[in-house]
Amino acid sequence: MRKNAAAIKIIAIGVLAGFFNGLFGSGGGTILVPAMVSLLGVDQQKAHATAISVILPLSIVSSLIYFRNDFADWNLSINVIFGSTIGGYIGAKILNRFSANALRKIFGISMIIAAFRMVF
Amino acid sequence: MLIFVVSILSGIISGMGIGGGTILIPALIILFNISQQIAQGVNLISFIPTAAVAVITHIRNKNILLKLSVLLICGGLFGAVLGSILASSISSPVLRKLFGIFLFIMGIYEIISKKKK
Repeated sequence: MRKNAAAIKIIAIGVLAGFFNGLFGSGGGTILVPAMVSLLGVDQQKAHATAISVILPLSIVSSLIYFRNDFADWNLSINVIFGSTIGGYIGAKILNRFSANALRKIFGISMIIAAFRMVF
Repeated sequence: MLIFVVSILSGIISGMGIGGGTILIPALIILFNISQQIAQGVNLISFIPTAAVAVITHIRNKNILLKLSVLLICGGLFGAVLGSILASSISSPVLRKLFGIFLFIMGIYEIISKKKK
């Protein structure tokens, strides 16, 4: 019984993360990481790694729907892919060297800056 | 050149499991004057190879909790379809405003939760 309740909770977190990741084209990790840490008691670094493994298939599905609705700019995407693939490799490499607190700090600051840029 | 620098920075953040799109999407809109949906689409598409590289590295470092990942994906796929269809059916300025609000709430949450710890 308890195991089922836990599974339902996890699936519900997944639905929310998938919904917002699809709606905003990002932010799945923003929901998944804090949810895993605070609701499921997952270690911060494992939560980060697990979040990427979840958002990968979700982003593939969302990309297909965006593509079908003509919201795909391949030229820009390919340019971004080059830069972000290199960056992604660096990010994953240094993840194990960062403390959970440092990760949170970087996370919070980058969110606030981006939010202000969008609102004003 | 500028797009390359922005992409590397957002890629590093993505690779650490943090939404790189939070930086990439506003940057794309400001630099290239594109619609909210196009910017989001670029982020989704470009995230795929970035994430694939990061996932491989994380598997090697044994950082991924597989059972948890599978359950989250089960729910997540359903949510992803709903969210993507909704994003495709609302106007770009409305979606942009919603995006800004979403980021703001998430940023505030992050600051609050940091204080608790």
